[in-house]
Amino acid sequence: MSGSATRHFIAQRISATMLVVLGLWFALSMHKLDSMQHVVVLGFLATPWHSVMLGLLCVTLAFHSYLGVQVVIEDYVHAPRVKWLSLVLSRAVHLVIGILCVYKVYEIGFGA
Amino acid sequence: MSNTERPLSPHLSIYRWPITMTLSILHRITGVAMSLGLLVLTYWLVALAAGGPVYAKAYALLTSVPARVLLIGWCFAFFLHLGNGIRHLVWDTGRGFEKSHANASAWFVLLFAVVATALYWVLL
Repeated sequence: MSGSATRHFIAQRISATMLVVLGLWFALSMHKLDSMQHVVVLGFLATPWHSVMLGLLCVTLAFHSYLGVQVVIEDYVHAPRVKWLSLVLSRAVHLVIGILCVYKVYEIGFGA
Repeated sequence: MSNTERPLSPHLSIYRWPITMTLSILHRITGVAMSLGLLVLTYWLVALAAGGPVYAKAYALLTSVPARVLLIGWCFAFFLHLGNGIRHLVWDTGRGFEKSHANASAWFVLLFAVVATALYWVLL
């Protein structure tokens, strides 16, 4: 596992920096919408680069969340088996969430 | 026990909790809270893609009063984690570690999160 801590550190910092931009973009975009009604949100996501940004946000969020939850588990869960199971479960859930969200954004924006 | 003026180790009841510690803990709590919020974001996107009655149900659920309270909480979590995250990124460059600087930036981030949340939900 040599070098994995450094990789974790760098990955966390890169995703964090991306989320500063993507997160603010999302917050400001949602704030500008008149409502969260179906047509309003669909109208917003009909613009391709909005879907691309949202898809990118989902992937980066899932990845950054995975890195954070991993550290929290490593800090508080000490029983080897429970720790291993928690880490695997977290990885699986985050992977499913990331893929599912991107697929849904694609479906909404580009009408698969 | 003749000497009653013996020095004592710091006692919890007279320990002044530093603001930097509060921010450190809040960073972690808000991070975990937003990881849970990711499930709501996923639910919202799934409902959006499904459309029709599915989204109508999700819309009613997500605009209900308890959901709004939670969303305001997640909004605060976002701004705090964002502000404190930038504080961490500045630390990564080796700057801002002096005690006075770290205390000031901690208060600034807390104030920023409160003001930004208020602006987002009430004032703008």
